[in-house]
Amino acid sequence: MVFGALWMIASFLLLGFGVYFIIEEQFKMEPFQVVNQALIYYMGIDLVFRYFLQKMPVMNIKPLMYLPIKRKAIVNFAIGKTMISFFNILHAFFFIPFSIVLIMEGFPVLQVLAWSFAILGWIYCNNFINIFVNNKDVVFYAVIGSIVAMIGLQYYGIFDITQFTYPIFNSFYAIPYLAFIPVVLAVVFYRMAFTFFKNNLYLDAGLSIKHDIAETQDYTWLNRFGSMSTFLKNDIKLLRRNKRSKTTLLISVLFIFYGLLFFTGSVEAYEGPFWRVFAGIFISGGFLFTFGQFVPSWDSAYYPLMMSQNIRYKEYIASKWYLMVIATIVSTVISVFYLYWGWQAYAAVVVGAIYNIGVNSHLVLWGGAYIKTPIDLTTSKKAFGDKQAFNAKTLLLTIPKLLLPMAIYAVGHFTLGEAFGFALVAIAGLAGFLFKNKVFNIIEKVYKSEKYKTLAAYKQNN
Amino acid sequence: MITVSNLSKTYNAGPVLNIDNLDIPKGQSFGLVGNNGAGKTTFFSLLLDLIQPTTGFIKSKDIQVNESEDWKPFTSAYIDETFLIGYLTPEEYFYFIGELRGQNKADVDALLNQFEDFFHGEILNQKKYLRDLSKGNQKKVGIIAALIGNPEVIILDEPFANLDPTTQIRLKQIIKNLAGQQGVTVLVSSHDLMHVTEVSDRIVVLEKGEIIKDLATSAATLKELEAHFAGE
Repeated sequence: MVFGALWMIASFLLLGFGVYFIIEEQFKMEPFQVVNQALIYYMGIDLVFRYFLQKMPVMNIKPLMYLPIKRKAIVNFAIGKTMISFFNILHAFFFIPFSIVLIMEGFPVLQVLAWSFAILGWIYCNNFINIFVNNKDVVFYAVIGSIVAMIGLQYYGIFDITQFTYPIFNSFYAIPYLAFIPVVLAVVFYRMAFTFFKNNLYLDAGLSIKHDIAETQDYTWLNRFGSMSTFLKNDIKLLRRNKRSKTTLLISVLFIFYGLLFFTGSVEAYEGPFWRVFAGIFISGGFLFTFGQFVPSWDSAYYPLMMSQNIRYKEYIASKWYLMVIATIVSTVISVFYLYWGWQAYAAVVVGAIYNIGVNSHLVLWGGAYIKTPIDLTTSKKAFGDKQAFNAKTLLLTIPKLLLPMAIYAVGHFTLGEAFGFALVAIAGLAGFLFKNKVFNIIEKVYKSEKYKTLAAYKQNN
Repeated sequence: MITVSNLSKTYNAGPVLNIDNLDIPKGQSFGLVGNNGAGKTTFFSLLLDLIQPTTGFIKSKDIQVNESEDWKPFTSAYIDETFLIGYLTPEEYFYFIGELRGQNKADVDALLNQFEDFFHGEILNQKKYLRDLSKGNQKKVGIIAALIGNPEVIILDEPFANLDPTTQIRLKQIIKNLAGQQGVTVLVSSHDLMHVTEVSDRIVVLEKGEIIKDLATSAATLKELEAHFAGE
């Protein structure tokens, strides 16, 4: 997480200093106007990110309630804590350098300051809004939906919301004293968040943990998978009933659209022919990678139970493997729309899927067996960029996962043409099947030899 | 049934368990008492092969637990919440354990029926996942799940903690029954001297990892234990 934060700060800082000149020189547009137009999206996306990632203060309030501290002070403390959060400070790294550049470019100091002051107000409005909407999925999806709709409408030239929001943001610059409006608004939101919080500061109100209504499910149709169905049923419940795994499902759906960057030619760097295979592997393998790399960490919360029961490791691994295979096939079927960009695009997805099932599924499970970071299923906050995803062993495994099929394709492509390239990748994938049992045996051995270390590692963090 | 030889466990900070010799015959109801840090959970974890012994070994029915996994089919345990799967309903959890232990749905249902009064209407058909149950109710689920599949050895760590009085009394009945009538070897640890003397044929007191008392339960046992822990 620290890595990610530093990276964000660095990119905001660079962008803050550079964006003015990039817009001016590359796009030949008026930088300040462009930024003011983009601000509405900036604020919307900020809200989405906060919703996903910003931790709410409620979690640590309980222990304070039993101490002799006034309720008012507790609430002020909790909200105050959100104000110095990374999610507010980050923006300073963009807007302060940007304002400096504006001033250096001859914009009047007072007006630029007023404008920055107004932005500060908006950012804090977002901060307090996030407090009310936290854990209200409806609001969240509405925000995402409207952002996507607005971008779409603007792209096709039907309706341009920035035409309406631009004058608003610009007015803080044009008429400096208007800058007090967002600041006053932020104060109003603070008061609202305060009242909302204070009224809910009871164990059976805002601090209560919401319980899902549980339904006992048998999934008897899975019995056809024989004794493996025991685990398969569990894994499907795991995926459906936990926040963290639901986020993983969402990410793997996004992966399906990742290929658009390649096949629409929107990113220049991806023009080489073997990038197709790279795209194909990610399109069909989103779930395979995001889920598979954390087997057996998904079961970390109850690993002692699994280890003291008579678990048939083969079936346990096979169940995870089947899930990955099923998800890969489903992704491949959904991706049929890539045919729109020519048969090569979809052929890349299909051979990517074959390679994923035949080779990558084994490699991913193998790599996962060494990862010993427990997963907290009940929170989605860590689903992005866990540091555990980067260690030497997993990095080493990306060579056969991604580079090898690209190389295989390139060999075929540059000798007998693209069809031969695709065929070679597919053959490599099919060949991988031959090693299935062998790899399963290896993984089983790893599980057994690492058992005590894994148990200890899971215990420390639980 | 269970034989312990020269067993010790040492962490960096020092030794936590050191048992030269201990024999637990089949069908015995065995109680383990001791203050926090005495090594009770460490002993149970070694028995379940969840941690490695530093020296020595434990044999369960002549199977050395850290060398073979053949003890698993006849052993079951409830140590703590890490033995529960939070996102399942109690029913789903029981059936899952049942399937692992070779029991079909009807077998599990039949077993659950016997414990309807133990559940006290708070476990089955509550439309709640295990993670949302109270600590006491979670414990009830874990204890009953440990009875699934006719185990010959049952290990329960602090089973009386967090239970309400009615359930404690019913649990005592269940444990006595298992050892007395079904010949199951039951190992129980507890901080509650009264409960543990009531259900156990034999009580072992651990202190800083060592066995300092090994008593066959009699009318005088409770007094003796109380005197010991009072520091007299």
